[in-house]
Amino acid sequence: MTEIRIENLSKDFDGFLAVDDVNIAIPFGELYSFLGPSGCGKTTLLRMIAGFEIPRSGRIVLGEQDITDLPPYKRPVNTIFQNYSLFPHMTVFDNVAFGLHIRKTPREDIRAQVHKMLALVKMEDQASKYPAQLSGGQKQRIAIARALINEPKVLLLDEPLAALDLKLRQHMLIELMNIHDAVGITFIYVTHDQSEAMSISDRVAVMENGRIVQSGPPDDIYERPASIFSAYFIGETNLFSAEVVGLEDEYVQLKCDSGDGQSFEIDSTFHFTPVLGQKLTVSLRPEKIAITRGKPGNQDDFNVLRGTIEDILYLGTHTQYIVKVGKLRVRVFSQHKRVYFDEKALDWEEPVWLFWHDTDTWLINEIHEPDQGNINPESVGSIQRGKRAGAN
Amino acid sequence: MLRMSQLKRTYQGLNLTLFTLVMVFLYIPIVILVIYSFNDAKIVTSWKGFTLNYYLRLWENDAIKEALRNTLLIAGLSTFISTVFGVLAALGLENKRFSGRKGLLALIYTPLVIPDILMGVSLALLFNFTRVNTGMLTVLIAHITFCVSYTIIVVQSRLEGFDYSLVEAAMDLGAKPAAIFMKIKFPLMLPGIVAAALLAFTLSIDDFIITFFTSGRGFDTLPIYVEGTIRRGAITTINSLSTLMIAFTLFLVVVTKRVRKTLISSL
Ligand SMILES: Nc1ncnc2c1ncn2[C@@H]1O[C@H](COP(=O)(O)OP(=O)(O)OP(=O)(O)O)[C@@H](O)[C@H]1O
Ligand SMILES: [Mg+2]
Repeated sequence: MTEIRIENLSKDFDGFLAVDDVNIAIPFGELYSFLGPSGCGKTTLLRMIAGFEIPRSGRIVLGEQDITDLPPYKRPVNTIFQNYSLFPHMTVFDNVAFGLHIRKTPREDIRAQVHKMLALVKMEDQASKYPAQLSGGQKQRIAIARALINEPKVLLLDEPLAALDLKLRQHMLIELMNIHDAVGITFIYVTHDQSEAMSISDRVAVMENGRIVQSGPPDDIYERPASIFSAYFIGETNLFSAEVVGLEDEYVQLKCDSGDGQSFEIDSTFHFTPVLGQKLTVSLRPEKIAITRGKPGNQDDFNVLRGTIEDILYLGTHTQYIVKVGKLRVRVFSQHKRVYFDEKALDWEEPVWLFWHDTDTWLINEIHEPDQGNINPESVGSIQRGKRAGAN
Repeated sequence: MLRMSQLKRTYQGLNLTLFTLVMVFLYIPIVILVIYSFNDAKIVTSWKGFTLNYYLRLWENDAIKEALRNTLLIAGLSTFISTVFGVLAALGLENKRFSGRKGLLALIYTPLVIPDILMGVSLALLFNFTRVNTGMLTVLIAHITFCVSYTIIVVQSRLEGFDYSLVEAAMDLGAKPAAIFMKIKFPLMLPGIVAAALLAFTLSIDDFIITFFTSGRGFDTLPIYVEGTIRRGAITTINSLSTLMIAFTLFLVVVTKRVRKTLISSL
């Protein structure tokens, strides 16, 4: 089956590298996402695939066909633009029919196919409306129908849900997945929203400064981030600077700097072979850590830390504790399951035990710059100071 | 709270009164003109009874018919030519990288603020200097000259707000540049083009000063004819003539609105 291959693709704007030597191969039928912060080059990459930007170097190959130098109107690729770009002077029907009209498809065929497409996006009864009379979600659907009617080999979507409100976004996300299943072609999806990318994609490529820093299935990227950037950008995490002080067959012993001249030791499994004395970074997801008032039973495969609760943030689905260990702030997510709780709710300033399984510690072969910080207050939800949280 | 809403109401009332006064001030002369065009009297001073006499007399007056024909001919031709120029110039000015763009724009804007009389005199001088015989051709050139700035600006302002992502969307859907122009760009420019043409037409049809300086003897447009007749004191046929012109203008406005819609949907 036709796959899309991007080889050594680069693009610069007046010397500024917006896309930097990107290499990927996307098998036919996949829903593939490019995920990265604003300005990392996602749109530029997508526009090169669509044919709106000319690469500085590299190739884009679709199946056997090199499409690098084809004009947009000759590519078997269609795009959903972020602002939909529906033609304001045409009805919904004419918008959807546009591609067929251009290809001089007979009238009856156009009619039949447009109705099929409108049915796919559940907009059959809106055919005679003008774009200005549609809601954001409806415009979105028409844009999808207008693109898919051309039977492209690849559909490109540039932050298609960014303009919609949260509920509609969740709804359209599922709709998009259904449409993807129904048409079975490759979708290339661009977003800066990690939860969107995680939930919709077969595979995700994480981008930073024009480069792809990691690609793989969503769970792989979340559980096994290859870099500090990946770990930090996708989901939330605790990062510790550490030094390898002991090497066993199955695990390493690490000395972690707690920022106040002190240190603590933890054990971790590893996926690359560290050497004794090597400096590296530990990533520990907040939901992997358990928090209790009482000392946990002595379990060999667990790391145990002592800390003091500095802040408690009630977030509905879970409570986030910020626990001070030395000068480090460790984030812990705790779900509101009664079985997880102590008799009495944990309180501010309380000394607590943190513990997690050795295999949940993840090593990153990079040195952590402390100014990247552990706690990013902006990403925290509603803060309820001075009020007891995590009610039990 | 109550005081606030009262204040607001007074304010709105005041606004409405003012607006009404302005409208009355604007339209009373026109209404009077229309009424008096049916007045059975030689002079305008008083109402002497209803008549269609002056409309009939209009019809019998060959000089008026000639002037009307000239006016429409000049207006039609200058509208067409200046609109085509306007569209072409606006499309050319779209290219922001074109180095002479700023200077050219300044040149285009200047005629808007030049007094008509200056324009008329300078054109008269030019025709005199180049020994071109004044007449229909010189009037036409003069009208195109003063219309073209307006048409360029109207079409260009329409293009200014043009959403270029629509062009990309069309290209993405398989349309080549020619098809994009015909199916996307032109239809979206059309309201601007129609507005430009309408403006040029009205500017041309009632221009007096510039025509006066460039027409010479023997080529009268309606405004020139009207001025001449009023000078001779025969004002009654002018009332009926003006009434017809008002009716025609209204008709034009209504028709263009209709036509624009059907035009767009047929593209
Ligand atoms: N036409 C252009 N001219 C100059 N620089 C550009 C142009 N388009 C993009 N850039 C630059 O290239 C970089 C990547 O831009 P791009 O639009 O691809 O980012 P993005 O990842 O899509 O960001 P966002 O999430 O904000 O849409 C940015 O630094 C941007 O300033
Ligand atoms: Mg973008």
